[in-house]
Amino acid sequence: MRSLVAVLTVVAALVVVWYLACIPMNIAGVLVEAERAGATVTPTDGAERRATSGIVLAAKNSFAIPATWAQERPRLPAPDQVVNELWKTTVGMNITSKRSLVYHAWVTLSATLLGFAIGTGLGILLAVGIVHSRVMDMSVMPWAIVSQTIPIIALAPMIIVVLYSVGMQGIVPKAVISAYLSFFPVVVGMVKGLRSPDAMQLDLLRTYNASSAQGFWKLRLPASMPYLFASLKIGISASLVGAIVGELPTGAVAGLGARLLAGSYYGQTVQIWSALFGAAILAACLVGLLGLIERALLARMGMAR
Amino acid sequence: MSVIEARGLNLTFQTNDGPVHALKDVNLSIDRGEFVSFIGPSGCGKTTFLRCIAALEQPTGGSLTVNGVSPEEARRARAYGYVFQAAGLYPWRTIAGNIKLPLEIMGFARDEQERRVNDVLQLVDLAGFGKKYPWQLSGGMQQRASIARALAFDADILLMDEPFGALDEIVRDHLNEQLLKLWARTNKTIGFVTHSIPEAVYLSTKIVVMSPRPGRITDVIDSPLPSERPLDIRDSAEFIEIAHRVREGLRAGHVDE
Repeated sequence: MRSLVAVLTVVAALVVVWYLACIPMNIAGVLVEAERAGATVTPTDGAERRATSGIVLAAKNSFAIPATWAQERPRLPAPDQVVNELWKTTVGMNITSKRSLVYHAWVTLSATLLGFAIGTGLGILLAVGIVHSRVMDMSVMPWAIVSQTIPIIALAPMIIVVLYSVGMQGIVPKAVISAYLSFFPVVVGMVKGLRSPDAMQLDLLRTYNASSAQGFWKLRLPASMPYLFASLKIGISASLVGAIVGELPTGAVAGLGARLLAGSYYGQTVQIWSALFGAAILAACLVGLLGLIERALLARMGMAR
Repeated sequence: MSVIEARGLNLTFQTNDGPVHALKDVNLSIDRGEFVSFIGPSGCGKTTFLRCIAALEQPTGGSLTVNGVSPEEARRARAYGYVFQAAGLYPWRTIAGNIKLPLEIMGFARDEQERRVNDVLQLVDLAGFGKKYPWQLSGGMQQRASIARALAFDADILLMDEPFGALDEIVRDHLNEQLLKLWARTNKTIGFVTHSIPEAVYLSTKIVVMSPRPGRITDVIDSPLPSERPLDIRDSAEFIEIAHRVREGLRAGHVDE
């Protein structure tokens, strides 16, 4: 109960800061509209107004403050505008509609999940190889690290172009970019996890004359589970980012990335922010879902206390 | 016939500070059914010698046979159970599941596994705890479970590396008493590494006193104590005399330096 109060206090503080930030951000635009509608604003000269800071403008024209939270195309939309837009484009709309955020989220989610599955599978396979073969450890690991130093925004168009030239488009290039981002945390976490059994545990298996396959299935793999889930949580959010980034350079017409892009073309800031929040909520749900699976699995394994 | 036979055994580790003589010219023969303790200060090679028997270390010279064959072959034949200082139970397996681990690896039939798990749980006085997870048990109980795991596949030799080192005195006394009973019932050959003089004297039919730099045997004492040993035997004159001789042996090892 006390922690709930603490959480709500922080949320309320953030919302208040957001509303306050809207005033100086949007006041200039509001004043232009007010002047056109015939109101008297100070200073009257437009050039002088542009040279004045938002805070000063708000102080001199306090009548215009409420309007900063209700513009059609604000620089910074107010929280209630974003929530309204989110509500309108999710619950208040048929999900088959091209304007429904649920529809766009699903387009991105499908690429995310496919990419996440590919990335996780690849990551686990690489980790198993790295742990069991010194050659792979020395040859694959450096490339895996290098791959993550290239900004994905620079690489994504290349991946799309290359895949398009071999006839692949739609969900596949997005999933590939998604997998590219998500395999790395899985490799790192899984290598760490598979190596987590100490020397004594390995000696014990030697005294049983266990094969390395037995060592893998009975000791290394179960021991790696907590590490795997920590990695998967990072991996799934990276996957979502990858899928969104994959939608940007293609001028995709559907997906959260496409919503962001369309919003920025037409100055629809409310739409951009609602797409951003849509993506954040989706990521939170995915990470939360993984957390539930982790709890259930570790409880089944007797590792949760 | 001796189960374990070491002749002129040497083991030198190459380190950055030059070679370290972990074992130098170790001669020892252990007969079937003996309870042999290895005692000495840190670095005397007692654990290293036990690990050589288990083929977890490779000697660099001399000869060592276990059941008449090389330690490596003995390991492949699963000739011994090994108990480490830490219980090392898998947290994701129940106590019964942990005891089953070697049985699964060695390919015992399912019903045979169940039977053996029940048998060894009885043997270490943990009947009824099979379904518990390790974290639900005390340290002493966990160590008993790890002994049960080493006993499950019924090897003739039991090697124990300071198994009770991390436990408190009272639990330790209790487990020592139980271990003696278990040894009497199963008639195994036991190699037991310890830091504690009373523990070594109380348990053993043979006490091997070792000293460090280089790791070597300074004395081998055949205990005249009867096989039936209640805890209060530790107050008897005989017991104190043997303990004294062990202490002398340990001291002699230090004077050499």
